[in-house]
Amino acid sequence: MEVAYYPGCTLKTHAKEFEKAALKAYRAIGIELKELDKWYCCGTVYSLAKDNIMYKVASVRNILNAQKEGFDCLIVLCSMCYNTLKQAQEFIKDESNLARIKAFMDEEEYKGIEILHGLELLKDKMEEIKKAVKKPLNRKYAAYYGCTLLRPKSVAIDSYEKPSIMERLIEALGGIAVEWPLKNECCGSYNIITNKEIVVERVRHIIENARQRGAEAIVTSCPLCYFNLKECQKDVKRIYPGFEEMPLYYYTELMNEAFNGKFDKGENNNGS
Amino acid sequence: MLLEKVEEISGENLYACYQCGRCTAGCPMTGEMDLMPNQIILAILRNDESVLDAKTPWVCAQCYQCGVRCPKNVDIAKIMEALREIKLRSNVNYIDLKKINKSYPQIAIVAAMRKFTG
Repeated sequence: MEVAYYPGCTLKTHAKEFEKAALKAYRAIGIELKELDKWYCCGTVYSLAKDNIMYKVASVRNILNAQKEGFDCLIVLCSMCYNTLKQAQEFIKDESNLARIKAFMDEEEYKGIEILHGLELLKDKMEEIKKAVKKPLNRKYAAYYGCTLLRPKSVAIDSYEKPSIMERLIEALGGIAVEWPLKNECCGSYNIITNKEIVVERVRHIIENARQRGAEAIVTSCPLCYFNLKECQKDVKRIYPGFEEMPLYYYTELMNEAFNGKFDKGENNNGS
Repeated sequence: MLLEKVEEISGENLYACYQCGRCTAGCPMTGEMDLMPNQIILAILRNDESVLDAKTPWVCAQCYQCGVRCPKNVDIAKIMEALREIKLRSNVNYIDLKKINKSYPQIAIVAAMRKFTG
């Protein structure tokens, strides 16, 4: 099965390992992710100002372009891109909104396209995933969803208060998924640019909670959560000397580890 | 008036809020805020313009936890955006672009530029 795939800027730079692992892992269960011929930055965060639609143009343009390339379903791996594109898609479902935004672009008519996060594609593939496992993970993981996969409600890929799709994936790969309350809490997001110390405290709180629940590693699909957790753990350690760093993985990296029986990034996860 | 302006930009009905505080209870950033999310709504309803100088909208990370838990379906993230927009549209940037750490991921930089510059 071939599906259209939108990478976004960060998967081509800071989170290359996420994309690399994804292409390989999805292929192993019979899904070929075909990158769009043409794509632009989605805008990263969805603008909430009702009276200014200019910020939505980039996202809508990406959606119309995917349609132009002949696809009726678009897969997004980056959680932030997913959230922005999906909210833009919800926005243009309203014809008056679409008409307003079309005044700023020449692209063709919108016929409708499905936008799915990469995890949603795995919902019905758990049996295939189990079959592909060569070396069960056998470790305890905390699935960290963050905000953008679950909120607002209109874009949630799963229950927004108690999601379980990543836990099901971890279990299918032979790992143990711990239950923890902070799995859908914000890491501080773009505050890393303006108020890093806020993010440092958030990260400490999140990691300690995962550890208390028995987790040995954290799994995510958001390159910004990944970066914030990884980057700020060093600061946490400096401020709280007893703190121990916890390894982080993209969910696609775990899939490869279980499928191939080896993991080349190393225990302490220093790749970037 | 402030209230009208916030309603226009956010599209939200602030009078729906009955100050139950669930937004504040769920917000992960309250430790960094000078006014709690429900207090922000109350201040806007009173047309208290000092709310425009509050730190709160600038630490809000648009995580939508407040909105999904609001029993009256008030999307508080949109109200925070309106407060930021009112400031940014008066040609005041909240961050100095020259000071941004360029080694950080694009999603962080672009997001911050979108939320903190006019």
